[in-house]
Amino acid sequence: MKFRTIILSLLVISFGLISCGGNSNQNNSSGKNVTNNQNEILGAGATFPYPFYSKVFDVYNTEKGIKVNYQSIGSGGGIKQLQNKTVDFGASDAPMSDEELSKSPAPIVHIPSCLGAVIITYNLPDNPSLKFTPEVLADIFLGKIKKWNDPKITTINPGVKLPGLSISVIHRSDGSGTTYIFSDYLSKVNAEWNTKPGKGKSLDWPVGLGAKGNEGVSGLVKQTPGSIGYVELVYALQNKMPAATLKNKSGNFVEASLKSSSAAAAIDLPADMRVSLTNTDAPDGYPICSFTYLLVYQNQSYNNRKEASAKATIDLINYVIHEGQKYAEPLGYAPLPDAAVKKAEEILKSVTFDSKPLM
Amino acid sequence: MTAIPYQAKRINLKEKVFKKTLTLSAIIVVIILLAIFFTLLINSMPSIKALGTKFFYDKTWDPVADEYGALPFLVGTLLTSFLALVISTPFSIAVAIFLGEYYQKGIVAEIFKNVIDLLAGIPSVIYGFWGLFVLVPIVRMIEMKLNLPPYGVGIFTSSIILAIMILPFSVSLSRQVISMVPAHLKEAAYSLGATRFEVITKIIIPYTKSGLFAGLLLALGRALGETMAVTMLIGNTHQIPTGIFSPGNTMASVIANEFSEATGKIYTSALIEMGLFLFVVATIINILGKQVIKRFTLS
Repeated sequence: MKFRTIILSLLVISFGLISCGGNSNQNNSSGKNVTNNQNEILGAGATFPYPFYSKVFDVYNTEKGIKVNYQSIGSGGGIKQLQNKTVDFGASDAPMSDEELSKSPAPIVHIPSCLGAVIITYNLPDNPSLKFTPEVLADIFLGKIKKWNDPKITTINPGVKLPGLSISVIHRSDGSGTTYIFSDYLSKVNAEWNTKPGKGKSLDWPVGLGAKGNEGVSGLVKQTPGSIGYVELVYALQNKMPAATLKNKSGNFVEASLKSSSAAAAIDLPADMRVSLTNTDAPDGYPICSFTYLLVYQNQSYNNRKEASAKATIDLINYVIHEGQKYAEPLGYAPLPDAAVKKAEEILKSVTFDSKPLM
Repeated sequence: MTAIPYQAKRINLKEKVFKKTLTLSAIIVVIILLAIFFTLLINSMPSIKALGTKFFYDKTWDPVADEYGALPFLVGTLLTSFLALVISTPFSIAVAIFLGEYYQKGIVAEIFKNVIDLLAGIPSVIYGFWGLFVLVPIVRMIEMKLNLPPYGVGIFTSSIILAIMILPFSVSLSRQVISMVPAHLKEAAYSLGATRFEVITKIIIPYTKSGLFAGLLLALGRALGETMAVTMLIGNTHQIPTGIFSPGNTMASVIANEFSEATGKIYTSALIEMGLFLFVVATIINILGKQVIKRFTLS
């Protein structure tokens, strides 16, 4: 009898603990607002543009005396925190999906801040520079091309002596925006890839090994003879890794660079800027590129938010897309082309506080 | 005269407070464990409802198509852990005999004991790095000799690292039980003309086998849940491993890899269900182990 009461009370208490946990989560999402200090702006999200953001935010702090606290917790986390209204702005590498937008409590706008590209790197004797067509690239990552001296590879790379090594595919093991951009590209150029594995932050890869982070993939590629993998352009520039030249939609072979990434955005951009730049129509554009975005609510008067802090947030984003752009290139990020800056400005002008625009 | 009952009362009170504190601590531990279990259970409900038992035998883990089967990771977890146990057992028993029987005291023993305790204190990410830079090239060389794909990472590599990582856990317990074998038993054997080898195999090991087994069990528990070092060395593929050199994945490392960027209700919930599954597997192995220990001790 006594034993049973003990067990019972233990169960009750542990249930109590769980429901406490649940409640406090909800309090976070609707209750107190941490964002009412106009001298401090809170942001969270993508890790990829973090070095760029921290540089710009640091300069902004010295110039305007406004501190920006940005936490690079990953795009998914940034979106969740914005939806819970615990930050002033979120940041994401991929545009939010329609489903994610419909689950958000209020309309969210996307403002591009810079461009990133994904490069194809490899480890072969004598470090040849290689060219790939979309078909060959997809076949390699689907596991259909198994050897480096496969005729499909050698015909597009005349003059390069390729060994009979087997190809080891290296991909990201952690969920990542880089994987999203890369698989988005392969889905567009290859019908088989589009049905399976498709596009996403983590995939059911048909072949290959997974490694954590850009550093994990590049480390494994450097170690494994005959391997091929994908990493962010910034990372490849810093580490002087070989990068393949890719054939884009217009049929030009384009090298991965900051210039060709910016060029990829020279297309007709939609008004909301939620666009995938992979397999771009731009003739000089590198085909595996993407905007990275800052996210804010279109109507800034939520949660007893003061107008001053809403204004401070919008001013900051306006700074990032204008003055901030000059810090992108030295850090390895492709700056926004002028047309994209104009569109971004228009979006910022649509952000309101109590139905009056903030800039 | 009156002072004595007062003092007795005070001692009594102290005694009571002490006992209450102990009870409370014990209860808190149980509550935390139960709370963890229920948190996992509640948060995995969406996935349990959506996937049902398919979760346990499905071979595909495809976040894009919202299909989640944990079988490849269960196989990966059990394979790496048991392989690690097989690799580390001879060493751990040998070291335990060495420290528990041959060098119980003295500088040599102290140095060895401290070194082994230090092994337990090394952060697992450092084991991962060491594995990546030292072990992986060696395994790759072996794979090239055997005409296998030269991945270097995989089940085998992670098992070796795990074997090193779990060694201190089994050694520390085994050493203690071996040093506690009553001297009169050993002396009796010696007086009958037994050699040292005979004493070890016929007296010490049979006498301590439940303790040795408990040590191994402790080590296995550690291997099942190890995350960081394994993630760095296992190759992280979603296929069921076909051999000990092939890459694979474990339950803990899938959670570590994918949880932070998991979007969608079912996806997140499926990862939590995997955590629950790991929790249950670890509990089952623990209970089985306890049963085995009981049987050994009885016979």
